Amino acid sequence: MSSATIFAASSLKSAFDKIGTEMGRGELHTTFNYAGSQTLASQIAQGAQADVFASADTAHMKTLQDAGLLADPPRVFAHNRLEIAVERGNPKRIHSLADLARSGLVVVLADPSVPAGKYAQQALAKAGVTVHPASLEPQVTGVLSKVALGEADAGIVYVSDIVTSGNVDGLAIPDAQNVIADYPIARLNATPNKSGAEAFIAYVLSSQGQAILVRAGFEKA
Amino acid sequence: MVLAGLGLLLFLLPLAGLVARAPWDQVGPALIAPETATALGLSLFCSLSATAVALVLGIPLAVLLARTSGTLRAILRALTTLPMVLPPVVGGVALLLAFGRRGLVGAPLYGAFGIQIPFTTAAAVIAETFVAMPFLVIAVEAGLRALDPRYEEAARALGATGWRVFARVTLPLLRPAIFSGAVLCWARALGEFGATITFAGDLPGRTQTIPLAVYVALETRPEGAIALSLILLAVSLAILIGMRDRWLGWL
Amino acid sequence: MSLDATIRLKRDEFALDVQLEVSAGETIAVLGPNGAGKTTLLRALAGLVPINGRVELNGQVLDDSAAGRHIPTERRRVGIVFQDHVLFPHMTVLDNVAFGLPHDSTRIAREWLERAGLGDRANAMPRELSGGQAQRVALIRTLATEPHLLLLDEPLSALDVTIRAEVRRELSRQLSGFHGVRILVTHDPLEAIALADRLVVLEHGKVVQSGSPAEVTARPRSRFVADLAGVNLLRGQGRGDHIELASGTALAAPEAGDGDVFAVIHPRAVALYTSRPEGTPRNVWRGRAEDLDLQGERVRVRLSGAVPLVAEVTPSAVRELHLDAGAEVWVAVKATEVSVYPA
Repeated sequence: MSSATIFAASSLKSAFDKIGTEMGRGELHTTFNYAGSQTLASQIAQGAQADVFASADTAHMKTLQDAGLLADPPRVFAHNRLEIAVERGNPKRIHSLADLARSGLVVVLADPSVPAGKYAQQALAKAGVTVHPASLEPQVTGVLSKVALGEADAGIVYVSDIVTSGNVDGLAIPDAQNVIADYPIARLNATPNKSGAEAFIAYVLSSQGQAILVRAGFEKA
Repeated sequence: MVLAGLGLLLFLLPLAGLVARAPWDQVGPALIAPETATALGLSLFCSLSATAVALVLGIPLAVLLARTSGTLRAILRALTTLPMVLPPVVGGVALLLAFGRRGLVGAPLYGAFGIQIPFTTAAAVIAETFVAMPFLVIAVEAGLRALDPRYEEAARALGATGWRVFARVTLPLLRPAIFSGAVLCWARALGEFGATITFAGDLPGRTQTIPLAVYVALETRPEGAIALSLILLAVSLAILIGMRDRWLGWL
Repeated sequence: MSLDATIRLKRDEFALDVQLEVSAGETIAVLGPNGAGKTTLLRALAGLVPINGRVELNGQVLDDSAAGRHIPTERRRVGIVFQDHVLFPHMTVLDNVAFGLPHDSTRIAREWLERAGLGDRANAMPRELSGGQAQRVALIRTLATEPHLLLLDEPLSALDVTIRAEVRRELSRQLSGFHGVRILVTHDPLEAIALADRLVVLEHGKVVQSGSPAEVTARPRSRFVADLAGVNLLRGQGRGDHIELASGTALAAPEAGDGDVFAVIHPRAVALYTSRPEGTPRNVWRGRAEDLDLQGERVRVRLSGAVPLVAEVTPSAVRELHLDAGAEVWVAVKATEVSVYPA
């Protein structure tokens, strides 16, 4: 039985855990390390033992590629789009990004240093909306929990986060204003488990893998 | 001896790492960057406020603990020391459930006055107090228990009533314990992260203290994070060393 | 001024049951072994521990458990002097003395210090004082509050022997100028005899004997007092011309009376011989020297045997008898040296 160690962006946790379980029934034993893409990229750059890297944005993947740490060129395996997270039942009747500028509304965003925060800023800019956030959370889970607990009225996160969380409602953002994130995956140079790594990537790109990702709120590659 | 050396190494090596890997050319710019000044100022304000609140509330609590016994004391003691063992993030959630817009106390407050505690500087102070106050309470309680009861008895025999005994005899005698407790409490408050980010959120100038700024900076510019950490380290060391001579007082 | 107290209290295994009547200007010394309840008695009088009973000082009821009355320590006119001064370490000598005065009057405090010859130490911190000075300041601090009842808890025992005499003289002088009720707890017989008019001997929380120092030491009623007085105390049944000891041995004594009696034998009246003595002594036993203790010009020999006694002999006698720990000797006591009184 071969094995593979996968470093994956936190937002992939529920989908990848499912994939790991499915593959475990076959011939692959998977170990996951979930964290922010930036953290994972720097861990890999510092020499962490990993076979596969799945990033939530192309920038961090490119950093590793430029450093010559990738065995193959990265492939985009999923897309994630932004949604407005609101409390269950949408008590504040929020319908669009423009509503987030309403006074008296408590809006929480991810910090621009993490992809979700950066994309949220871009989406707001596209919509021409200025928001005064109450907090810039360093983690997407911080945004979700504050909305779920009723402390914040709205936040901007990935669809997959809303699906995974299950505690908040998601309001779609029109394509014209949305920022769609590309999720690339690649095998790493230093991999001791070449076959395991290739098998995992193949499964993620297969129709079964894509179906699991879609159920987790992602869009097909 | 060997174990003591290992213990010391465990403390010193990470510090050495921080200093060795420090991008010294960036410490200067990081120090004068307005965001740093803001975060540092906010950190000092919040941690000192938390220490002040802890002194006002924690000393009476320590007295209560020291004067009770049996099961009641065991329960009170467990409750006050809970924040020391609780993961700070859980503490932050607990604070939300109490003082948040939907919280036990927060809901009526919001309903009646439209006051929302989370996301305010006050929330950062509350979070730091919650996590750090037990250090003060424990130190003061230990001081009270170690206090020779005859000082208070002598004072009473000299005609002093309860409050006068406490203010003129007990409190001054507790000074070393209060002082070391306050320093521990302040240091813990200064480094507080989990409860603050959960309860108060993270907004520069309002709730982003140095530890939060370090965490955010780690994502994008790790050198900046190290520089910020060094600044925090230097400030703490300066204050601790400056206070060292007064630790012992007259005792 | 006078004190009338009936104090009963129970704590865990320990029970205190004491009745005390002390008149003004009288100093009583409470003596007793460790754990007899001496300090607890003082704390009860000071109102620091709750009691069952009644305490009346100068006609004012301080405690009356039957009536549910309890005056807290700070409202009693009592003063306590502790074993080690317990001066507040964070206050100057002057502030310590002023602490108990109305409006913290430093003027009055200074007067007290000057009268005691301690005026130059007014601004010193307690840690800068010698042990004797500190205890004198503690005494002044208490006396300055003009208490009606003065409680002294082994006030000299923490002091160096060399300065103890000096502080004792000071204490004696101060006490003579104090008109309230004075109670001194001590385990030092010298201190008790030097300072007290009356001794109260406490054992296991009960008064076993009280009276003037001469009365108490002449007729000890407990091993503790006998040891204090340095005499042998025996107990048995009076049988006219002899006492039957608990061990069954007969101790010849004139006028042994009848019933439960105490017998006191002074160690100097216990004679030791290498062979069985001839002649008058009617009380002769074999004994064994357990240990020898040189005390000044005398050697105290602790004897085991039919009647365990302490003998006091001269160092030259020790040499003549070849006395050594473990030596077998003959022990003789003249019947006339045994003084008997009812238990």
